[in-house]
Amino acid sequence: MTNFPKPRYLAAGESALVVEFGDTIDPKIHGRVLALDAAIGQANWEGVTETVPTYRSLMIHFDPRRWAPEALADALAGLDYAAAPPRTRRHRWHIPACYDPPHSEDIAEVAALLGLPRARIIDLHEGARYRVYMFGFAPGFTFLGGLARELTIPRRAAPRGPLPPGSLLIAGGQALIAGCAMPTGWYAIGRTPVKMFDPRREQVLLAGVGDELCFERIDLAAFDAMSLAADAGEFCAGHEYLDET
Amino acid sequence: MRGGLRVLHAGPGATIQDGGRHGYQRFGVTPAGPMDWVAFQTANSALGNGRAAAIEVPVGGLEVICEGAPLALAFAGGAFVWRRDGEPLTIAARLLLQPGEVLAARAGDFGAFAYLAVEGGFETPVTMGSRATHVRSAIGGIDGRMLRAGDVLPAASTVRLHDASFEAIIDAPWLAPAPDPFRVVLGPQDDYFAAETLSAFFAGTFTLTPMADRMAYRLDGPEIAHARGYDITSDGTALGAIQIAGDKKPLVLMADRQPTGGYPKLGHVARADIGRLAQMRPGETCGFREASVAEARAALFAREDDEIAATIASLRPPRRALTSETLFAANLVGGVVDPLDSEQTGG
Repeated sequence: MTNFPKPRYLAAGESALVVEFGDTIDPKIHGRVLALDAAIGQANWEGVTETVPTYRSLMIHFDPRRWAPEALADALAGLDYAAAPPRTRRHRWHIPACYDPPHSEDIAEVAALLGLPRARIIDLHEGARYRVYMFGFAPGFTFLGGLARELTIPRRAAPRGPLPPGSLLIAGGQALIAGCAMPTGWYAIGRTPVKMFDPRREQVLLAGVGDELCFERIDLAAFDAMSLAADAGEFCAGHEYLDET
Repeated sequence: MRGGLRVLHAGPGATIQDGGRHGYQRFGVTPAGPMDWVAFQTANSALGNGRAAAIEVPVGGLEVICEGAPLALAFAGGAFVWRRDGEPLTIAARLLLQPGEVLAARAGDFGAFAYLAVEGGFETPVTMGSRATHVRSAIGGIDGRMLRAGDVLPAASTVRLHDASFEAIIDAPWLAPAPDPFRVVLGPQDDYFAAETLSAFFAGTFTLTPMADRMAYRLDGPEIAHARGYDITSDGTALGAIQIAGDKKPLVLMADRQPTGGYPKLGHVARADIGRLAQMRPGETCGFREASVAEARAALFAREDDEIAATIASLRPPRRALTSETLFAANLVGGVVDPLDSEQTGG
């Protein structure tokens, strides 16, 4: 059995606690985050109001009348979550991606900053296989691991104005699909017509945490046609089940 | 017949808010909820409500007309100027609005938000367990947007009978501005900053910039330099998180904060002080003071148990008709110019 290092318990104000398993993007770290999340879900403690799994930590929001951060950390330390949580069946999603203007606002800037040709950036982004690590920031913002190292670029020093939904963003060695128009400090290099989040759909979120995802290049005409279909409620994304190994 | 309010005018940013949308942050859905939860709860408590859906009134003001049936309403918040059919009211009150009467609010001497609550709450549609509006993702409220002229806001159908003695002034000194620094609990990424930098943060004076909305308040002041860079692997955020981005300026995450973020968080403004911070206007200054988790908890409980819980006890009948009690407004903002004075001299 693997011996994991102890997590760090960090107060985030008087009403939230961060359990940090590491500071990198790593499937093993992410696995521990999801295991603790599942264990807390099972424990169903009164006053634990909400948990938010991320790449490397679990944010726990709680009622300060029921818990103090230290007491919650003690209770968590006594929880057995070494066994992996029961997983739902994993998918691999094929997400259409358009890298042509006007859907690639920042690609020239990224090319200049990284010293890479535009075509190479697209090849690297399209060629990788990603894992869905978390949703966060805004509805349907799908955070991915698996971005090519060559595309590591720091976030902007300050966030900029909103980009359209479906924007394919990179920064800080991470990739993500924007679920809605929000200000961001990331760089937009393409766009998908797929709605990762649509509250009108029965399946509000397209992908699940732990799923695999890859991009498939489309041109402007396909983007426009698929956007109409997506507006009408279609997924516009192919998928298959992953064989459990 | 069931009563409701029809919106005649709504300044940009007027929204329906309740206690917030909880349980969906893991899907990236923002909790929203009131910017100043203390004022929001004070208005609700005056009516015996819990965290019922109320109108968050921005600096741009609000004008509503009562329709269908008398409505038991309460308002509280910054020093807004409230009028019933043109007659000035106090800055916080409970009243019975009769069908056809018009209630109007506009910003006064201080504060960025006021709350207008109705007995039982407004019964706008519930989305993901809440009526709170998050405009950026178009969720909640009315069609996920700000209120606008013509909107009809139905009140709860279960309204008790009230007589004229129901009308009262809300004497809520805890909503008055105070110069005290905001309490801050350090972490979770305080180790991204040198000890001298943290000292400079707590010694500094910060000015609220015009980049202040329901999502975050950007402050200007001494530079807060990172010791270990400003890119972290995204993790969760909580209300009041003080993010330091690459521009070395504090960005305090407010009610419409994103559920996760990738800039180091120096600390969190204590929940007890978030309302006061929310009421700042661009150009106003503030400072911060380090507090332990225990102190922040005690301050929160004092806010709820000693102050907001005293709302009903604080109600005072107006000496004459409520509309002539305008001078009492001065009691709430001790030392600050009476909102009516500015009203008379400002035009």
